[in-house]
Amino acid sequence: MSLTLLAQSAIGGLLLGGIYGLLALGLSLSWGLLRLMNLSHFALAFLGAYLTYQLGTQFGIAPWLSALVVVPAFFVAGLALHALFVRFQVSEFASMLVTFGITILIESLIQWIWSADYRKFESGYAQESLRIGTVFVPVPELAAFACAALLAVAAWAGLNRTLLGKALRAAAYDGPVAAAFGINARRLSYLLAGLCAASAGVAGVFIALTSTLAPSQIEAWIGVVFAVVIIGGLARPLGALAAGCLIGVSESVTMAAVNPAWAPLVAFSILIVLLLWRPRWL
Amino acid sequence: MALTRQPARAAAVAAVTLLVALPYSGVADFYLSYLYVVFFWIALATSWGILSGYSGYWSFGHAAFFGAGVYTTATLAGKWGVPFLLTVPAAAAIAAALALGIGLVVFRIKTLRAEFFALLTLSVTFVLAAIISNTPLDGGGGIYLSNVSVPQFGTTVPGAIYLLGLALALAALAVSRRVLRSRLGAGLLAIHDDEDVAEVKGVPTLHYKLIAFAISSAIAGAAGAIQAAYVGYVTVGETFSITVPLYVVLMSILGGARHWAGPAIGATLITVALSIFVGGGHAELGRAGVALALVVVILVLPRGIAPSLLGRLVRRKHAAPGAAQAPRNVLVMKSPAVQTATGRPLLICRGVTKSFGGIRALQGVHLQVDEGEILALVGPNGSGKSTLINMISGHFSLTSGSIHLAGAAIDGLAPHEIARRGIARTYQIPRLFDHLTVLENVRLCAFFGGARETAGESSPDELARRWLAFTGLEAKADALPPTLNLHERKFVEFARALAARPRLLLLDEVLCGLTPTEVDQAIAMIRKIRAGGTTIVFVEHLMRAVVALADRIAVLDQGMLLALGPPRETMQDPRVVGAYLGTAHAA
Repeated sequence: MSLTLLAQSAIGGLLLGGIYGLLALGLSLSWGLLRLMNLSHFALAFLGAYLTYQLGTQFGIAPWLSALVVVPAFFVAGLALHALFVRFQVSEFASMLVTFGITILIESLIQWIWSADYRKFESGYAQESLRIGTVFVPVPELAAFACAALLAVAAWAGLNRTLLGKALRAAAYDGPVAAAFGINARRLSYLLAGLCAASAGVAGVFIALTSTLAPSQIEAWIGVVFAVVIIGGLARPLGALAAGCLIGVSESVTMAAVNPAWAPLVAFSILIVLLLWRPRWL
Repeated sequence: MALTRQPARAAAVAAVTLLVALPYSGVADFYLSYLYVVFFWIALATSWGILSGYSGYWSFGHAAFFGAGVYTTATLAGKWGVPFLLTVPAAAAIAAALALGIGLVVFRIKTLRAEFFALLTLSVTFVLAAIISNTPLDGGGGIYLSNVSVPQFGTTVPGAIYLLGLALALAALAVSRRVLRSRLGAGLLAIHDDEDVAEVKGVPTLHYKLIAFAISSAIAGAAGAIQAAYVGYVTVGETFSITVPLYVVLMSILGGARHWAGPAIGATLITVALSIFVGGGHAELGRAGVALALVVVILVLPRGIAPSLLGRLVRRKHAAPGAAQAPRNVLVMKSPAVQTATGRPLLICRGVTKSFGGIRALQGVHLQVDEGEILALVGPNGSGKSTLINMISGHFSLTSGSIHLAGAAIDGLAPHEIARRGIARTYQIPRLFDHLTVLENVRLCAFFGGARETAGESSPDELARRWLAFTGLEAKADALPPTLNLHERKFVEFARALAARPRLLLLDEVLCGLTPTEVDQAIAMIRKIRAGGTTIVFVEHLMRAVVALADRIAVLDQGMLLALGPPRETMQDPRVVGAYLGTAHAA
């Protein structure tokens, strides 16, 4: 196997890792700080992708313009979903089951509107790529990675450098005590839930640009992204991004060097090894 | 009670007979296949409940064990021509072996929380799928089983599959019911509520989790074997899909995961609901409908259908007269035995040291406790009293030193083994099993704790009621712990420890937070316990109680034994006064 091929697959994996990290970000924050395992995050991202696809192919709206519609709409959807969790005081496990139900509902909706066929969004820049030496860097993937990195750094700074973020972490660690110090945990949790859903919208726009869409693809992402969330550490935005890159690179190097069929083994083998070994940063 | 039980049993027998006779009545194969699918999901969901429903370790990897069974049959029967019926036990055995292997690795990691167990088992599914799909076991193209002959004991092949499915579903239900009503089930339910406490009360938690995991997976493996024959063509994608674990979890939650019949109820409802939509040609709508039902049920009935449904029946049964009343106030202490210390050593701690990272919580404590005595362990906060209790009960391992009970070393033993040798403890903040009633809490400890030789004399149930009477909690026997006040919760802790009939009782600040009257009651009770022949070590800050109860006092300070002797003299020791109040007062 040539060095070029290796470099090409590593770059491809790194950029794919950006999308893993982008999806993992919202999940990791809501699981770590709200104690809610939101499986419907994936379905929301795909709904966002389909909306971008629809707006782009039918009305010719540019993806970045669609994002201006999709992301705020998803923020509101996140608030509505969180209102449901708050109203029924959903526990961590129950949240997973409820959101699984919501996932199926959204999947059925997608299948009903767009059918189960595979679809590809042919945007103007889908085929564009930069050339660095002998390696090609596709532009949409690069944009996704840049956006993932930007959001991860913003989330990290928000949690660690602002009072609001510190209040959020305090509320997650011990709600009643945080409340006793005047933190309005409920309002903060709504804000975070909305932001997580909005990040699913962002991920959706990039999924539309980079991947083939089908309702059945929703489930295909769940396993890998959860592995990324755990490896990255709950509620650690930079960890999620780093773990996404780790998994992305190992997957695509395996695909190129060994056999594409072994790729699914990689993410989970890494996860199992890390869970058993339990390094301190995990 | 016998009157209500018999019709139920007769109805069950009649229903089973009818179901067994069904294939011979000339019913169309379509209906048999339909019912088979229901049985299949009942077996899978019920098997999942045996580990996950009871112990709270939610496996998302049920597809791995089901799939192991599918591919065992596909390989043995489809490729090597082994008779189909022989592959069913083989599939069960391989799935169970896989579970034991995984369990031995993951259950040893104490920090592995339940969500991580769920995701780890899910990962195992994907890994197994990738391995099977990339090796000659499957090779990626799927395996045809059309050449496999299924014995026709049910008139037709669908009839035979139907009968196999029925047998498996009934077996799964019988096993699950049996498990729930056995020691294993009691232990698993306790693990669900508080695994550390279950271990300290004598439940061999690792062992039990492994057994439950193996049973659960064996049934899933057998279900896989039968399903392989039913579908006739197996692929990795279908077998290891996320559908199996998710449906199984949903069915169990819908029905109620902590009841043996819950998963079966959920499985029947969901399968029938799905088939109605699929039959009507609205498969998507069906899925959406089930999903919506799931969301609503989880939100409105978080404990599932079975508990509320069966709770109603049980309540009616309880209203019926004739329930055996427990004898009141039968406080028959076994032997008058020792009233005071005998001078024979029961517990010997030699050079017990404990370090947490750089902090040395205990720095070489030597302590001997004689049989029949009451020893008070006092000292300022952070002096290592609770650490010592935790080390004697096996919760923490020793950094160095040794602990002997009646001449035998107990350091390094698992907490449940220490419990079985006759050490029981209470917790400073009561840690009761919140989903078990007060009676069940105490009965569990009578079941698992204490020396075996006394187990023959009365049933755990009688013992539990006796100790509830002793602690004055008979009226609360059927209450759940969260409804009790602190005083009652502390006394349930007492009853649990006593039900284990310990030789050595460790009490960790039992009096803290009680009112003066309650303290007096507790002091009287501790005296009575010692009169029954139990040696007591208690940690306490309340000096009135220490002086009233203790034969000797051991004072700990900064992880070292500062003084040891009779109460009054020891408490007047200048070093002790210094440790408590600062050296200025001691001078």
